[in-house]
Amino acid sequence: MSEASNPALETPSAVVAKVSLFRRLLRNPTAVAALGFLAVVAVVAVAGSFIAPRDPNLASLQDILRPPGSEYLLGTDGSGRDVLSRLLVATQISIAAAMLALAVALVIGVAGGLLAGYYGRWFDTVSTWLTSLIMALPGIVVLLAARSVLGPSVWLSMAIFGVLLSPAFFRLVYAAVTAVRNELYVDAARVSGLGDGRIIGRHILSVVRAPITIQSAIVTGIAIAIQSGLEFLGLGDLSVPTWGSMLNEGFDNIYREPLLMLWPALAIALTTIALTLFANVMRDEMERTGAKSRRRRKGRDHRPDTSRRRDHPDNPDHTARPEQARHPVVEHPDDPRDADGGLGEDLLRIEDLRVGYHQADGGVAGVVHGIDLRVRRGEVHGLIGESGSGKTQTAFAVLGLLPDGGRVLGGAIRFGGAELAGAGERDYLRVRGRKIGYIPQEPMSNLDPAFTVGSQLVEPLRVTLGLGKKDAVERALALLDRVGIPEPRRTFAAYPHEISGGMAQRVLIAGAVSTDPELLIADEPTTALDVTVQAEVLDLLRDLQEERNMGLLLVTHNFGVVADLCDRVSVMQDGRIVETGPVRAIFRAAEHQYTRSLLEAILDDGEPRGALVRADVKGGVR
Amino acid sequence: MLRFVLRRLASGAGLVLVITTIAYALLYAGGGDIARRILGQNASQEQVAQKAANLGLDRPLWEQYTDWLGQAVTGEFGRSWFNGQLVTTSVTGRLAVTLSLVLGATLVAAAIAVVLGVLAAVRRGWIDRFVQFVSVLGFAVPGFLLALGLVLLFAINLGLFRATGYTPITTSFTGWLASVTLPIAALSISAIAAVAQQVRGSVIDALHRDYVRTLRSRGLGFRRVVFKHVLRNAGGPALAVLAVQFIGLLGGAVIVEQVFAIPGLGQLAVQATTSGDIPIVMGLVLATAVVVVVVNLVIDVLQAALNPKVRLS
Repeated sequence: MSEASNPALETPSAVVAKVSLFRRLLRNPTAVAALGFLAVVAVVAVAGSFIAPRDPNLASLQDILRPPGSEYLLGTDGSGRDVLSRLLVATQISIAAAMLALAVALVIGVAGGLLAGYYGRWFDTVSTWLTSLIMALPGIVVLLAARSVLGPSVWLSMAIFGVLLSPAFFRLVYAAVTAVRNELYVDAARVSGLGDGRIIGRHILSVVRAPITIQSAIVTGIAIAIQSGLEFLGLGDLSVPTWGSMLNEGFDNIYREPLLMLWPALAIALTTIALTLFANVMRDEMERTGAKSRRRRKGRDHRPDTSRRRDHPDNPDHTARPEQARHPVVEHPDDPRDADGGLGEDLLRIEDLRVGYHQADGGVAGVVHGIDLRVRRGEVHGLIGESGSGKTQTAFAVLGLLPDGGRVLGGAIRFGGAELAGAGERDYLRVRGRKIGYIPQEPMSNLDPAFTVGSQLVEPLRVTLGLGKKDAVERALALLDRVGIPEPRRTFAAYPHEISGGMAQRVLIAGAVSTDPELLIADEPTTALDVTVQAEVLDLLRDLQEERNMGLLLVTHNFGVVADLCDRVSVMQDGRIVETGPVRAIFRAAEHQYTRSLLEAILDDGEPRGALVRADVKGGVR
Repeated sequence: MLRFVLRRLASGAGLVLVITTIAYALLYAGGGDIARRILGQNASQEQVAQKAANLGLDRPLWEQYTDWLGQAVTGEFGRSWFNGQLVTTSVTGRLAVTLSLVLGATLVAAAIAVVLGVLAAVRRGWIDRFVQFVSVLGFAVPGFLLALGLVLLFAINLGLFRATGYTPITTSFTGWLASVTLPIAALSISAIAAVAQQVRGSVIDALHRDYVRTLRSRGLGFRRVVFKHVLRNAGGPALAVLAVQFIGLLGGAVIVEQVFAIPGLGQLAVQATTSGDIPIVMGLVLATAVVVVVVNLVIDVLQAALNPKVRLS
């Protein structure tokens, strides 16, 4: 059966990746330099004994320790032997010995990995156990012990070292085989009549080739290092010139002629560096390819979706220069009934805020394109839009906690008289926690798994409010009680992985309000929770907000939540606010097409759930 | 916690037993005519037979082994075949010297690697590139080459340190410090490279975790979050690498000791290896295996202290 006749078995992505990987390596100057040097070493290793000008072992008593010159290009050593000739022949033997170690490691590792992956689990236990056995002794100790009974042969010791190195390949191949096997059972590949063995052989080879190349470079470097180390100790066969034995002789003459050590040392160091650099560059290039396809697959992320915007620069929805042209915003006037409902002065005032991310190509991709937003004391302000609309980025910008590469490009963020846009860490330390609290979206990932729930609550209290330990603990316990945690002491002492998601979200709310902020920013605080828990958490938020007369900026994609909780709402789309006003006005008379589509969405398929939530909340609060 | 430690100790003891069994079998069965090697080519057949009988080498291998094992559990590992010294005495004396070197190098490496790794992860830019550069160099260049370079530069050219020799810490602390500075420097560079690389990677990883942002939103300073929370979460992988490095350093010390003429395990190993002094070689294998098992246990306990999820299981 020819290769082409079975397209189902080909893994096109791997083939493409491989071709472009090799091509990219040739474009990388470091890789080219490393490969060039290794090629020279390889040529010398093959031709060494033919191009050596003299007999490397011919000692000449008249010529001891000659300096480099026209007769002896690199001088002579302590026995009057030609250093250049010795170096050339030593390269041949050192490289050959390293290759022997590599070959042994490859054969055992790859064969073992294929067999273990193929024949399953008992092999797995045995091999893990063997690996830990091999890892339990430093390689050189094993080699020394072997040397004491087997004698000074460089070939024998490298063959043994190859066995010690084989786990590196074993693990690689084993992982690949098990991965492919698991895929194959759901794949249709077997239907075509090929045996598992052939399928695996072909798949594995295409998947594992690059990692094995990398590992081979590393293993060869290690073999060269350990071999020259052994020879340097004087444990090698003295009749055979190697880099290590030349170092050993040079070391004997270190005071008289330090240059003797230079040549073998350079040969060892440059070869191992070239091997490492080659491995590093290849791994980086591979990771880059891998990262690209991974990113494409990855779903929701805190990183903004900049790709979409960049892919459609001429999208008719967007004006050519978003920074300059301000979009018309549908503004509904304040409802007079709300105005005297206890709403206070402006807490947060955002004007023409623009946020962007630095790109690898040096450009900046905008995610928020000049928005205005106002949150007043005692007001619950909803910021609604679908994911990728820039609402979370707005929240992070206010907190000064944009992810790597993100920054405020322009506009103003005024909070209680202070300007936060572009403020430094020092200024922000006075605001975060004390003035602005933050409730994140995912409860579990927002608690540090290495510390108890309690210590994570106590620490900010002590740092920002300067409370003593006892006061801080008391206050934290009271807060846990306040947010409805049944056994505050037990939760206080628990680690995050020991509590449920709903509990964790309550803990996070307790943390956010613990330092008495004036403004609370809640980023989808209920999205990750069960429906029943959602309602309770929303209740809690509402109660706390009213109790403390805080401003609350509620980021959400759910109009049901907005309807329950918010006084005013701003609708965000593609980094812009398209409509803003009191909730009642917007529900009654939404004007922007996007607002209407969002409203329709909850009426269409969100109705049963929306109604349940609403009924719950109403029953609970009012 | 106690049960965890006991269980690990038991499996460690099992590992040591297996290693010594294999080592014994290979060393005593693989060496051919040991008595002949000790006495040299000129000895008569009777002398060789006499020597073999003296050393108990004429008995079946398993009988020799059970004998050896029976004495080993009472702390008796026999005597050197060449100078008649107790294996325990020669090995433990040397082990202390080597361990002081390796422990020193590990601590130095850990401290420097944490600082470099965190700086590289947080600041990026030139210090990141510097750490990457050092990592490649430290990984690629064998430690004994660095040792030779250091001897040439600091001891021979600059005359700042003695090139060779060792002063026990009990004799003079400063003398000890002067004699171990260069060896420790030579040993620790590769460990610094590996651990700094790992610290950098796991700190970058931890910095992107959601809880970092949340903790900062509570008013904790960036530095505090990095050094208390991020570092603790990044510590597990770094510790694992440090453990591997420790074993590597133990091997590296064998060669580096030779460069600086330090009377440690390495010197003893080279002597015993070239002369075929198998009881000593056996003792060395056993000692390293025990050290490795103990180090792994210590690392496991530290891991458990860092990570509450490990503690439970």
